[in-house]
Amino acid sequence: MTEDTVRDMLRAYICQQLIRDAEYPLTDDEGIITGGLMDSFSLAELAVYAEQAFGVYIPDPDLTVEKMNTLNQIVARVMRDL
Amino acid sequence: MLTLATRPNYRTLLDGHVLRQDNPDALALAYVQTEKPDIVLTRAAFQDEVAAHAAALRYLGIQPDDLVVIAHTQNLESIFCFWGALLLGAVPSMFPTLTEKLDPAVYMQSVAELVRLSHVKAVLTTDAFAPDLRAVVSCAVYASSDLHKAAHIEMTPHAKAPQAIAFLQHSSGTTGLQKGVALSHEAVLNQLASYSDALDLREDDVIVSWLPLYHDMGLIAGFILPLVQGIPLVLMSPFDWVKHPALLLKAMHQFGGTLTWMPNFAYNHMARRIRQRDLEGIRLDRLRAFINCSEPVRADSHALFLERFHTLGVCPEHLAVSYAMAENTFAVTQTRLGEVVNIDRVDQRRLQEELLAMPVHPDDAFAAAHVSCGTPIHNTQVKVVDAHGQTLPDRYVGEIMVKSDCMLTAYYQRPDLQPFDHEGWYATGDRGYLVNGAVYVIGRSKDLIINAGKNVYPQDIEAIVNTIHGVHAGRVVAFGVPDEREGTELIAVIAEVDDDDPQLKQRISQAIRYRVAQQTDVTVTYVVLVPLGWLIKTSSGKISRSKNRDKWLAER
Repeated sequence: MTEDTVRDMLRAYICQQLIRDAEYPLTDDEGIITGGLMDSFSLAELAVYAEQAFGVYIPDPDLTVEKMNTLNQIVARVMRDL
Repeated sequence: MLTLATRPNYRTLLDGHVLRQDNPDALALAYVQTEKPDIVLTRAAFQDEVAAHAAALRYLGIQPDDLVVIAHTQNLESIFCFWGALLLGAVPSMFPTLTEKLDPAVYMQSVAELVRLSHVKAVLTTDAFAPDLRAVVSCAVYASSDLHKAAHIEMTPHAKAPQAIAFLQHSSGTTGLQKGVALSHEAVLNQLASYSDALDLREDDVIVSWLPLYHDMGLIAGFILPLVQGIPLVLMSPFDWVKHPALLLKAMHQFGGTLTWMPNFAYNHMARRIRQRDLEGIRLDRLRAFINCSEPVRADSHALFLERFHTLGVCPEHLAVSYAMAENTFAVTQTRLGEVVNIDRVDQRRLQEELLAMPVHPDDAFAAAHVSCGTPIHNTQVKVVDAHGQTLPDRYVGEIMVKSDCMLTAYYQRPDLQPFDHEGWYATGDRGYLVNGAVYVIGRSKDLIINAGKNVYPQDIEAIVNTIHGVHAGRVVAFGVPDEREGTELIAVIAEVDDDDPQLKQRISQAIRYRVAQQTDVTVTYVVLVPLGWLIKTSSGKISRSKNRDKWLAER
């Protein structure tokens, strides 16, 4: 799976399921949690999705707002272990 | 233990078992954290810490009856400060914690506002917050290091009268801060005795809680109840739990947890967002109840939770419900532990049109499921009244009224706000009906939003959105939308804007989400920008939240 595919899948999941707006023009470096787009509850959901969609396990210490606040950060974390 | 029978033996919270000299090696409190070792405190260790904090506060000049605001992150120090202040006879209040989303400047300003409104004597906080807080508040600010530096002096506990105010509870937001719920020692002890009876609380119970301590459910059920009763409390940070929801189940497994309280959204959060690998080896064999409280209970959330966790030992009779509010210290009702909670299926049309909850067959196309909140706890009465204050018979929907021996004394320093009617009843603002003594809550007459267990006042959100450039000031409405996936109300904002330029509208949408998150710490899920004139006004010229909510839902 290429980085572009991972990015597209994550962007679609975040916009549809977490922001609840499939049309939302989410940019790569936008603060998803600090920008008020989704709650920090959603970090746990991203971890479940990353494991289901990409087979990547993101351990608890990495599930923080500091490390998972932008699409770039989330994609990089998934790509690291893909 | 404190029971209805032993209640006369307890004068104040200082008679709580965690502060007693017997059984010094018993477990008082365990604090669990992700990827860090547990911190375990015996009663003796807990007492030493509380005495040291009380002595430091006394040295710093805190006197009996002084109001002390604790603005920490949730940690052990905030707990020792709370009990240390009680030991001194001061009046502590837990302030909501700063989060990653919230703008620190806004947070500091809200502390300053509380200090100004309530004549606070001192704010206790972390070393990191203290310098910024000192710049904005008009009272003393003591950081952790100030407390540790303070010379330890001899300090004898201050014996207060049972009727004296023990502590305050505030809900968050501009509106919530203006109404500090003042609770006496007597009221809190009455609540603990009656609620323990309703729970059939036992000496071998173990309470596990992820709840914040600035909210009534966390403060009373998940903090004061176990410490006064002398049963072990296992605590964690809500911020840790929300990102790692399996932490609660791991702690229950490890410490043999029997009771835990959480708002409805948490059932969905845990069922949907815990990885299977994090459940390996976990059993909840000592479980007595998960108690659903502080936001509307959904039958589908319980079903989802059972489906996911039945393999751990969770059964239908483990899912209990309580109806509670800070003004009654905490619980008003409780379902019986060990029994499956009743679900009342009623005709939704007759409910709306006639305000009558008539049972129908579960397969009826108009059946709506309402989960029982149980019967009132001892010494608490509930009635349902119509718009004229007349008491209604069973199954008629009206406002829920409460009267008890564990109610607030007053809203702190707000003589203009009278909580009770002339007969001592408190109007809850919740709508519901009674069936054979059991309370069913179906909604609210106030416009309050409950998002993930947290009270959110729509006027606070509207005030923020009104200041955003491009939004027509005064042409904004905020409301809650029940959501099955999340098991809570999500927040929607509708704002009128002049411009139809998509890029400009996008910027306004972003600004609304960002500013609301920064200033209130809640997420707006739906931002809807509409042209001028879209919003419906009432005959008195006010923008109606409920009518605009209905209009938007119909157009979606």
